[in-house]
Amino acid sequence: MSTSAEAAHEHWPPQSFEDLIGTTRFDVHERAHITVDDTVCRGCPSRECIVACPAKLFVPTSDGGILFNYEQCFECGTCYLVCNREGAITWSYPEGGHGVVFKRS
Amino acid sequence: MPDPDVDVVVVGAGPAGAAAATVLARAGHSVILLERGPFAGSKNMYGGVVYPRILDQLHPQWWEDAPVQRWITRRSTMVLTDDQALTVDFRSERWGRPPFNGATAYRPDWDHWLAAKAQADGATLVCSTTATGLLREGGQVVGVTTDRPDGDLRAHVVIACDGVNSFLAKEAGMYGEVDAANYTVGVKETIALPKDVIDARFGVRGREGQDIEILGGTGGVNGGAFVYTNLDTLAVGCVLKLPKLSAQALRPEEIIDGLKRHPAIRPLVEDGEVKEYSAHVIPEAGLSMMPQMTGDGMLVAGDAAAMCLAAGIWLEGVNFAMASGMYAGEAAVEALAAGDASAAGLAGYERRLRDTFVLRDHRKLRRAPELVLSDRVQHLYPEMIANTVERMFRVDNPAPKPGLRRIFSDERRRAGVTLRDLARDALDGLRSFG
Repeated sequence: MSTSAEAAHEHWPPQSFEDLIGTTRFDVHERAHITVDDTVCRGCPSRECIVACPAKLFVPTSDGGILFNYEQCFECGTCYLVCNREGAITWSYPEGGHGVVFKRS
Repeated sequence: MPDPDVDVVVVGAGPAGAAAATVLARAGHSVILLERGPFAGSKNMYGGVVYPRILDQLHPQWWEDAPVQRWITRRSTMVLTDDQALTVDFRSERWGRPPFNGATAYRPDWDHWLAAKAQADGATLVCSTTATGLLREGGQVVGVTTDRPDGDLRAHVVIACDGVNSFLAKEAGMYGEVDAANYTVGVKETIALPKDVIDARFGVRGREGQDIEILGGTGGVNGGAFVYTNLDTLAVGCVLKLPKLSAQALRPEEIIDGLKRHPAIRPLVEDGEVKEYSAHVIPEAGLSMMPQMTGDGMLVAGDAAAMCLAAGIWLEGVNFAMASGMYAGEAAVEALAAGDASAAGLAGYERRLRDTFVLRDHRKLRRAPELVLSDRVQHLYPEMIANTVERMFRVDNPAPKPGLRRIFSDERRRAGVTLRDLARDALDGLRSFG
């Protein structure tokens, strides 16, 4: 019994994040609607954005900075809400008609 | 002041904005309903259940053409620990026939449908246009700026239904200091499974559906989780309190993955294919975070006014949005008739909110969001409850059965819950839910 249960467990590998967010539609505009000034981020003790952003757009760099890409953004607001460094994140909505487009049935 | 382009600009074609525009258009006013997405609902996401009773007033017989996935006939509340699950499961056939109670629906479908109704009543829906700020003269709001060329729109009244981030309400100074602790982020996977598989796994038929609200299953992060049935997909996700997220170092998609692997959830969701991953911020704190809702020339409704009701056993929002939009529309009609779009002229809005479920529910349940997301409810009570029930049903022969009071007292102590804290939370709960 236990071997078949384990086999079934192995049968369900975790999904890669790239595949997961690949299911969401984004009509990307050339202008970045969010920018991150990582000279402000350096030394931030919590770096909440790295864990909290559901789109995983904040990537820590080896030198203590943050690499940010706006393209696959849900426009949810989590990042600016959790950010505790004034001026690190400049946030606006994308140009009308662009950005995330959730699906109709 | 120059002649306005329209009587009213409604910003945001979600449920609040569409309801406001419908009321205004029916009263014969010119109204522009602005939407930044390519279609109404395209930016909107929620867990998945709407309670449309309030639509009886705005769109009688709404169920005849509403884009419903399934009618909720099974309402379940589940408490999860790592390896236990306790479910309270209520089922009513009555909720599967008119006038119905709750339904699952995709927001891009629902909001599109509601906005199309506003259009049919004469509102002008303008999509792919982002409102970028307010136009003001003195203290009076007289319109909005947009990202279209020559995109200024002047109006007697602006109704901000621009969602949880409401930059318009913030620009107008209607919000105080914004505290991240008042917000949660909701993340969801929409998982495809054949309809007959969903019917069999959830014990439903036809258009019947199940709503499972979950305490626990969030990887130690304060929040909650859910599984809802759509016609041929499941909505599986969680709601996570913002500032506590990083403490567990678990990312939102990892928390959903853990939920899907829980022994009580996995049999419901496995073999499904993810069709869409989505996320949205939720105003979670209710009354205590609500902004000023009326200004000179401006009203705020829906999530922009923090109207989600996150009260544990009641998790609602779209109904509060539709109602507040409707009342904002009615108040604007009154103000326009009186030729007074000042805050005083628009006072009918908050009077309606106070006289109806919108603020009555929020006032009664003002302590509930904090209680539901408190550390005791989140981290101590689930195990205390599950262990109590496990011992209640465990046969310990040859030892005789201990009394239930004894079991509960043991488990309360084992969980580290003092009588005093338990009494205090019970009183808080009674005040809210009693």
